[in-house]
This record gives sequence, C-alpha cells and structure tokens, in this order.
Amino acid sequence: MKSRKAVALERVVKNGIVSFGRNVWLAIAAIAMMGITLTILLFAVVANATFSHTIDDITSHIDVSVYLKDTVGDKQRDNLITQLKRVDNIKSVDYVSKEAALKIYRAQNADNPDLLAAISETSNPLPASLSIKPLDPNRLEDIKDFLEKPSIAALQSDPTSYSGDRKAAIDKITRATHFFEQAGVVGIIIFVIISMLIIFNTIRMAIFNRRDELVIMRLLGATPWYIRGPFIVETIVYGIVAAVISLIICAGLFAVASSTLQASSLGLLDIKYSSQYFTDNLVLIISLQITAGIIIGAASSIVATRRYLRINK
Amino acid sequence: MILLDRVTKTYNRRGPALERISLHVEPKEFVIIVGQSGAGKSTLFKLLTREEKPTSGKIIVGGMDYDKLKDKDIPLLRRKIGVVFQDFKLLNNKTVHENVAFALEIAGLTSGEIKHTVPKVLDIVGLKGKESHYPLELSGGERQRVAIARAIVRQPKILIADEPTGNLDPKHAWDVIKVLEKINRFGTTVLLTTHNQDIVNTLKRRVVTISEGQIVSDRAVGQYKAS
Repeated sequence: MKSRKAVALERVVKNGIVSFGRNVWLAIAAIAMMGITLTILLFAVVANATFSHTIDDITSHIDVSVYLKDTVGDKQRDNLITQLKRVDNIKSVDYVSKEAALKIYRAQNADNPDLLAAISETSNPLPASLSIKPLDPNRLEDIKDFLEKPSIAALQSDPTSYSGDRKAAIDKITRATHFFEQAGVVGIIIFVIISMLIIFNTIRMAIFNRRDELVIMRLLGATPWYIRGPFIVETIVYGIVAAVISLIICAGLFAVASSTLQASSLGLLDIKYSSQYFTDNLVLIISLQITAGIIIGAASSIVATRRYLRINK
Repeated sequence: MILLDRVTKTYNRRGPALERISLHVEPKEFVIIVGQSGAGKSTLFKLLTREEKPTSGKIIVGGMDYDKLKDKDIPLLRRKIGVVFQDFKLLNNKTVHENVAFALEIAGLTSGEIKHTVPKVLDIVGLKGKESHYPLELSGGERQRVAIARAIVRQPKILIADEPTGNLDPKHAWDVIKVLEKINRFGTTVLLTTHNQDIVNTLKRRVVTISEGQIVSDRAVGQYKAS
C-alpha cells in the first residue's frame, strides 16, 4: 500500500494539473510572457555560442604571409622555415609555392577574365610565400621582430602582410559580442522579472477565486504544502508549456532561416552555425529551457502563495 | 477532553472577547453553549481550532497542550476536531460524495479507503442515495448534514458545531440536532452553540451561558431563554 505521503504528493500533482486546466485562460498571459522570456534566453544562448564560434573561426584564419624573392633557393627556404618554427607563438608554417599561389589567385578571380588574362600573358609574377599561423593573433611582436632582422628581410620580395584588417574585424566582433552579451543578460533579467510578476498575479487571482475552498481546506486540517503544492505544480506546468512553445518557435525560425537564407548570415550572426548548434545541442537546450521554465514558474508561485495564502494560521 | 484554564482573548483596540474563561468538558459529553451574538462563542471555537491564539491562559484538548503546539502540528490537531458551521462551508462545485471525500483526501487516505468510508458516513447522517447531488440541489438541512458527514468522516473525538441550525427551519433544525445526538451516542464529544431556546430546553443537556466574554452560568441540565 502506498504511504500517506505518496498519496498526498500524487493528489497535489493531480490537483495542480486539474487547476491548470481550469485556469488555462487566466494563465495564457503568464504562459505567453514566459514563452517570450524563454525564447529570448534560448536565442541568447545560441547567439553567444555562434559569436564565439565566429571569433574562433576568424582567429584561426589569421596568418602572417612572408613573400619570398624568386632568388631564394630550396635550402634557404627550408632553413628559414626551421628557424621560424623555433620562434615563440607559432602554430604552423606552410609553404605556398609560386605555382600554388597562381592556382589560388586563379580560383579567387575565376569570375574576372581581365585579371586572369593579365596573369597568363606574362610569366607568373606571384611570389612564393610562407603562411605563418600564430597561436595568439594578438601577440605578433616576436614574429615581427624575427622577420625584421636584416638577414631575414633580405629574403623577402614584398613587405610582410599581417592580416591587419582581420585583426580589426576581430576586435569589432569581440566588442559587438560583448555588447550583445550584456544586452542579452539585461534583457533576460527584465523579461524574467516581468514574467514572474505576471505569474505572481495569475496565482494571486487563482487564490482569490478559490479562497472559500482554501479556507475549508485549512479548517479541515490540510497541511500548508497540501494547499500550496497545487499552485506550485500549476506554475511548473506553465513553465513546461512555455518551454515547449519557445522550442517550437525557435525550431521553426531556424528551419525557415536555413531554408530561405541558405548558409548565409545575418550581419555577424552565422545562421547556418546557429541552427547547427541548435540541432547538435538539442537535448541540452531542451533541458535548459524546461529547467528555466520550472524555476521561473515555481519561484514566483512560492512567493505568491507565501504572500497570499496565510497558511500558517 | 477539553480544558480551558483562565483563557483571555483580546483583539486589538476592543475590550477582551473572552475574559478568564475556565471550562472543563468530559469525554463523550454533549455541551450546549448559548449566548447572544458577540458574546464570545465564535472566539471560543476559534481558540479550540487554533485559528486564534489566546492572549493568556491554557488550553488542552485531547491531551494536546496548545502552548506546546508547533505550526506543523496544527493540521493534525484540526483533523482530530470536526467542525460544522452555520453557513455549511461546502464546496458547491463538488458533489456530496466529493465534499465528504475531500476531508479524507486531505488526510492522505487512499482512493480505496475513501470509497469504502464515505457511503457509511452518508448513511449515518441519512443522506444515502444523495451521493451524486450537488449542494445547491439539496435543502438547507441536507446540506448541513453533508457538512456533519464531512466533519465526522475522520472519526474525530470532538465535534464543534457553531450555530448549525441558524439558517434552518425548525423541522430541518431538528434533523440536524438528531444527527448530532446520534454521533454523541457513538462516543464523540459534541460542543454545540445555538440561539434556539426550543432546542436547548428540549435536549436537557449541559448548558454553558456566555455573556460579554464571560461564563455566567454552567448547569448540568440547563435552560435557556432567548432575549
């Protein structure tokens, strides 16, 4: 036989769900607001992941290109590569031959016949180069010092390229991300507070509607938890429903975005990666949404019931 | 069973609602408490159900000393005391059966136990066959008997009936009183308040008269003349 406590818990959950069904129209505002809040939360999480992915992506493309004179022989080149690899903060050094450089150039300008024609008319004017990937793109001084040594500088046909424009872009994105992060946190806090106030009010009305029943329950010796429990279960159901709604909205938006925008991006936001991240981390995201929904719901009803039930009398 | 020792209850600003009340009720007694509105009868009941705390004095009910009662013990105390009110306090959106079952659900009884117990109690109060009616479909007397069924379904040692006949015509009032007598015969201590001098004088029970917050008379077979 089930224990008294198990029976009571079962009734609390059942009463909460019944009460949810009864108050569903009253609860619509609360659920909608919580749905919006959770949607914003979800977007913030996905956007945050996407921005840091974008930064990583761009960072990994940062390189230092050293253009070699045509007179530099294989031995000198290999020697230079060996020396470079000993320099601090170097991830990799790749050699790009004249032929390879031409191929890349042709591929990059495939749709520009004039440029292609200009190249093929003469012998290959493109220099061979070394593509250096730094470990930390913000610390290029050591590499720079090494390359500016007269003996090394003598081997170079053109000034070293430091991907300066890319670094500026990274700084810009980092600042933007930081701003979005802060705006996101503030936005989430504001929306969480609004949702909680609305839920709070909904529960207050539910308590008011059922005040006779609650008085009788108290007089018949219901424990405070038996009286409060159903209200808390009810708001937990709001949270779960809101989480499901927000997941459906987001899944829908990502589906539409990736089918119509096709791997493109909205400004800094890489839609393809976002929707990939959403799909890959679906279980985590679902748990996050439901947990957040339950916490927001339960917290507001715990406060509301404490404030309005006066159950300890 | 019930012991009040020099109990005073003072609400803010007004004078004391009850002043140094001492009362002793034996188990299985049937005690009628009479007095005008505002004399302090309701306050006395609220003290017994612990809806109010006394300003001073000692209350012991069924061996439980109210001074030592913790908040978490209050629900258990209330399950041991059955209460019936003048306005019934039934849930109009629940059937007769559900109203009575409600008290057992709160106490954590299983559905099986509830199904088994409720019909028996409805039989005692004479409402067999009315299980699926809603309170508003019943007469006042029937409604009050539903409330009594709800109060006694957990077999309390004490039943407190606060003006249970106040809203009823004489015939229905007597139906309710007879049910209370029956319950008393089964061994439950009954505390009844009423304004109805006919009932008091016919019952020939102990009568405690309260006036202006004090017990002015306590007779083994009391008489009452409503003024």
